[in-house]
Amino acid sequence: MTNKEKYAQVFIDSFSITVDQLNENLVYQSVQQWDSIGHMGMVAALEEAFDIMMETDDIIDFGSYAKGIEILAKYNVVI
Amino acid sequence: MKSFFKDLEYFSDSIALTTQSEQITYSALIDEIKALSQFIRNRDLVFLICENSIESIVGYLTCLREGYIPLLIGSSIDEFLLQDLIKTYQPSYIWTSKNFELASYEWENVYHNRSFHLLEKTNKFGHIFHEDLAALLMTSGSTGSPVLVRLSYENLNQNAISISQSLSITRDDTPITTLPMNYTYGLSIINSHLLNGCEIILTELSIISKEFWDIINTKNVTTFGGVPYTYQMLKRLNFEKLNLNKISKLTQAGGKLDSNLVKYFSEHANNKGIQFFVMYGQTEATARMSCLPAKDAMRKFGSIGLPIAKGEFYLTDEANKIISEPEVVGELHYKGPNVSMGYAYTIADFIKCDENNGVLATGDMAKKDSDGYYYIVGRKKRFIKIFGNRISLDEIENILLKNAISAISTGVDDKLLIYTTQENGLNDIRLLISTKIGIHQSAISVIFITEFPRNESGKILYSKLQVK
Repeated sequence: MTNKEKYAQVFIDSFSITVDQLNENLVYQSVQQWDSIGHMGMVAALEEAFDIMMETDDIIDFGSYAKGIEILAKYNVVI
Repeated sequence: MKSFFKDLEYFSDSIALTTQSEQITYSALIDEIKALSQFIRNRDLVFLICENSIESIVGYLTCLREGYIPLLIGSSIDEFLLQDLIKTYQPSYIWTSKNFELASYEWENVYHNRSFHLLEKTNKFGHIFHEDLAALLMTSGSTGSPVLVRLSYENLNQNAISISQSLSITRDDTPITTLPMNYTYGLSIINSHLLNGCEIILTELSIISKEFWDIINTKNVTTFGGVPYTYQMLKRLNFEKLNLNKISKLTQAGGKLDSNLVKYFSEHANNKGIQFFVMYGQTEATARMSCLPAKDAMRKFGSIGLPIAKGEFYLTDEANKIISEPEVVGELHYKGPNVSMGYAYTIADFIKCDENNGVLATGDMAKKDSDGYYYIVGRKKRFIKIFGNRISLDEIENILLKNAISAISTGVDDKLLIYTTQENGLNDIRLLISTKIGIHQSAISVIFITEFPRNESGKILYSKLQVK
């Protein structure tokens, strides 16, 4: 799996959404399952998938699908 | 006796409520209450579809001050459950965000304030309420059948006063909302701070959002509360390194916090000069029954503390006899002025008098140590707590049954396990239950099993199911 596929899969699994929902409109609370609880689950899943440990500021700044790609770049994960 | 809803006048020019865009004083709050009360006629039933907003607080206080009976409902409620509540309890008014509308031939839009409007039923039911009845709350995690807890004016006020004493709340305390207002613990934070004329910061933001921490860092927020899951998130956000600005008190209730987390928060809160209070409560006791004083956090680690002022705990054995020796486990009972009047299952129950007589069998198994501090060790009934909400496992099985799914349920706090004998559609079951009980799907696992473990008489052996 490429990083992009891995990244997409985490969102699909964490929020029970489909591939066509993975776009710039996918932001925190835009889908029912992306609430604070879903958010923490997603963060944990990303950390496992990419073997990283995210900083507090990055966890609370991770407000959208697009923003996440920027954030992961800080951890040398290129999506 | 001081009253958190009657004595608002006393704090006239102090700031009462602050949101991201607005700030109003106690006097302005009273004006808004008066304006809304013009449009409600009698001691009628009012559904409050609550958000942590000025509008919701105005609706709530209007009801308490004018003698209308509010039922507090969360804005994220499942639509079918809400329809069911309307059908069962026949409200005369609904105070709600304008996003919510009802068939116009039955409901008239009579007043609005900011983002809220008041819907009035054209053909009212004409309820009769007991004179002591003040408000109705839903039992936490109410699922299929909406059961309400009947609270009196005395219940609400006494609990606000006792909580205020346990936490030494003063006018300088400034809480921020981290829990829904319709949730007993969230509501009690509002009540106990209104009692002291505090400024309350109202927000729907979660502690995982950047905007929440911007508020903490720019306003004088001194306190907030959380359920176990809130503290798990705080831990993951590196609480020990987090800039908490002026936070000086944190409270935890809504379920038992994992012992490692109690230790972690007791220590790090102490290092940061923050008082950390573990509390214990139930909707049936208005909100809270006990408090572990912050000074005892490390010494009496794992304890729910001592009963709040005017409250009393005792334990009973299987023969219903009171246990007097320490370290013996029994069912925890609470006695105090905050014990609710009882439940309501139908409209006819609104007239009922106090059925509990100040005593609540909590359904929790507990013990006390030789210093009189109480510890929860288990539960008498089949329920678990998920994200602070009490979930009845039998109720889950009822929902599954109603949907023609052959399944049984078990679990531990924050993890609901459903075992089904149907091989396919496991994720659909997960989403169904998640929607019905309003709990995030990540807390639910659905597992395929070839047959349910039973004893000779056919009774399900839950103990044979693997709980990880």
